[in-house]
Amino acid sequence: MDSVIEVRNLTKRYKDVLALDDVGFDIRKDTIYGFLGRNGAGKTTAMSILTAQNLPSSGQVRVFGEDPYENARVLSRMCFVRESQKYPDDATSRHALASARLFFPRWDQELADDLVEEFQLPLKRTIKKLSRGQLSAVGVIIGLASRAEITFFDEPYLGLDAVARQIFYDRLLTDYAEHPRTVVLSSHLIDEVSNLIERVLVIDGGRIIMDESTEDARALATNVVGDAATVERALHGREVIHRESLGRVASVTFLGRLDAAERDALASAGIDLAPVSLQQLIVRLTQQRTPGRDAFAAAAQEGSLR
Amino acid sequence: MIEEGKPLFVQIAEQVGDSIVDGSIAEEAQAPSTNELAAFYRINPATAAKGVNMLVDKGVLYKRRGIGMFVAAGARDLLLRERRNDFALRYVQPLLAEARRIGLEPDDVVSLIRAGAEPATP
Repeated sequence: MDSVIEVRNLTKRYKDVLALDDVGFDIRKDTIYGFLGRNGAGKTTAMSILTAQNLPSSGQVRVFGEDPYENARVLSRMCFVRESQKYPDDATSRHALASARLFFPRWDQELADDLVEEFQLPLKRTIKKLSRGQLSAVGVIIGLASRAEITFFDEPYLGLDAVARQIFYDRLLTDYAEHPRTVVLSSHLIDEVSNLIERVLVIDGGRIIMDESTEDARALATNVVGDAATVERALHGREVIHRESLGRVASVTFLGRLDAAERDALASAGIDLAPVSLQQLIVRLTQQRTPGRDAFAAAAQEGSLR
Repeated sequence: MIEEGKPLFVQIAEQVGDSIVDGSIAEEAQAPSTNELAAFYRINPATAAKGVNMLVDKGVLYKRRGIGMFVAAGARDLLLRERRNDFALRYVQPLLAEARRIGLEPDDVVSLIRAGAEPATP
């Protein structure tokens, strides 16, 4: 499989906080990734290092086979839409789009004009005076119209309402279909993006805990509901990731699948099987670790870098 | 339109299959492209492609180089046969399971089906 990014033993340490802990993964060419995890898990730190806006403490990053740091050849092929991009005080939206046009060789002005209209972005207003949603729209427009070979969207939807987010998702899909490229989308709205992404990368506490196709990830866990004693007996020895109960009824989520015989046996015992959505699965997997002081410190660090 | 619990690409194959079974896409007519399916169902194009390939493997769709996907001759019969075979498992078994749970005999279910199939009197 063709990789555009290779990360090996990547570690980032801020004073006494380990933001990335010996991380390794590949990003495949022309694939839309969901980069998911809780606040402070290390998503922004990882994306900053991949786009050479931050340096690793140790480890290796290769983008298009090269070190991205101070490497203009590599950087012009990548676009990083940050959650809170900073612009000069007197810059207008028009200035931001014009400078992006100069920087990205594959920039599509027609697409940018279209999106400006669709998001109703006021071009003459200074960026300082834009609403949170309009500021996000500037990032989304640059991310889409740059048509960079690798585009990172770091929670690009802040302040965007449901209609504007749908515009973003639809435009991303249609433009990706016509111009395949690599997209890494970091999002907390997992249900909203789960059908758009082909692969899932989950980071928790500075470590990658899942790197799967979305389809395989959806099949990782199963939920069973029914009489508590029967459920516990049936799931003996399984890796349970969540348990709740209401009176004598238990709802238990476990990692793994049931074969046809096991399904039939449970069904005839009156136990219901339910699928586990990607969002439920990731919530269950990342809530097991109680965020202690370290995680909060990492979140604070990440914030101060923006 | 899209539900959890069944792989997305299978659902896409079923939706295209529905259109062939109900005749809205005729045999030898062009089927929707992967990108059209992706945009319509708001899913990743790779997922749509997997659903389309599943229908190609079954012999329901075939590819004309450089033009696109087309519905094979005999595709409708093939899908009908497959769905009739699955009918008992997908619809009758769950129906009987619920009937047992609430104390209805199979005969009661049969009369309910007969009554339900009769045209409604105004």
